Amino acid sequence: MSMISGLISYLRGNEKKTAIVAKERLQIILAHERAGRGAPAPDYLPALQEELMVVIAKYIHIDRESINVQLEKHGEYDVLELNITLPDKMRLNR
Amino acid sequence: MSKVIVVTSGKGGVGKTTTSASFSSGLALRGNKTVVIDFDVGLRNLDLIMGCERRVVYDIINVINGEVSLKQALIKDKNCDNLYILPASQTRDKEALNLEGVERILNELRETFDYIVCDSPAGIESGAFTAMYFADEALVVTNPEVSSVRDSDRILGILAAKSKRAVDGLDSVKEHLLVTRYDPKRVEAGEMLSVTDIQEILRIPLIGVIPESESVLQASNAGTPAIHLDKSDVAEAYRDVVGRFMGEEGLPMRFVTVEKKGFFKRLLGGR
Repeated sequence: MSMISGLISYLRGNEKKTAIVAKERLQIILAHERAGRGAPAPDYLPALQEELMVVIAKYIHIDRESINVQLEKHGEYDVLELNITLPDKMRLNR
Repeated sequence: MSKVIVVTSGKGGVGKTTTSASFSSGLALRGNKTVVIDFDVGLRNLDLIMGCERRVVYDIINVINGEVSLKQALIKDKNCDNLYILPASQTRDKEALNLEGVERILNELRETFDYIVCDSPAGIESGAFTAMYFADEALVVTNPEVSSVRDSDRILGILAAKSKRAVDGLDSVKEHLLVTRYDPKRVEAGEMLSVTDIQEILRIPLIGVIPESESVLQASNAGTPAIHLDKSDVAEAYRDVVGRFMGEEGLPMRFVTVEKKGFFKRLLGGR
């Protein structure tokens, strides 16, 4: 930041307090680091995947590998991610 | 039922040994049979802070190796009747501090003592790991500063995943946040993370706030744990921590706001 722009932001009074900067930086880096070390996947995931498979297979022809269930941590909350790859030519059973 | 408490932080120089000394003294002052163990093999300092450095004859490694009994190695504190100190070895190899040996010592101490306070070395290497492995509860000492908060988060991750309680699938280690070297003036000026900020980031219950104070250095100079100092904020703050730890309710969190000096205090030039 040049001296002039520093002076302008000072006069405007919008200089961010360093404590706020510290908090924001910590929140970002820790969210990242926590996701990295994360708890092992909960043990209900395989069963969940299996049951979803059964339900979806009632309507769509897909194979086992095309369903992927994952639990991810995004900061304060967990995200259950369900990824289904549909076949090229989707054939509905109905 | 005795409790093993680790005083840990990851980062060095945040006040682990100061806290271990004052916290264990505070527990003893309340009539609990307490022992405080220095886990910093090669860099022992708890003896200096407790003021018993000249009475150290044997250390924890001597006990682990079976050269002396636990009773021979324990040093009785000069200020508290119920307090004993088990020093770290200054010379031996760190690897001698193995989990089996430490578990044996802790089990023996559990028979006599109500509280076993483990002063962890800095870092996340074997010494720090050994100090926290058997803990029932943890005091996570944190300064209002980015690197300290980050390291505390790392330590919390290790406690949750790798401590004996985690490995055995028992109730997790009970974690307490202790913020030290806190300067309310700088917090109000927006120059320092607030207790609320730190709590929000680390998400563990707060057990106390120790204000930044000149008396901590004076206490270490004298070899008297800070909790014994007369009319000191730090001593009061540590007594509050011990009170909360022992389940005392309704203790207000002191020393977190800038103290407005009263008329007489200003007149008399008191701080």
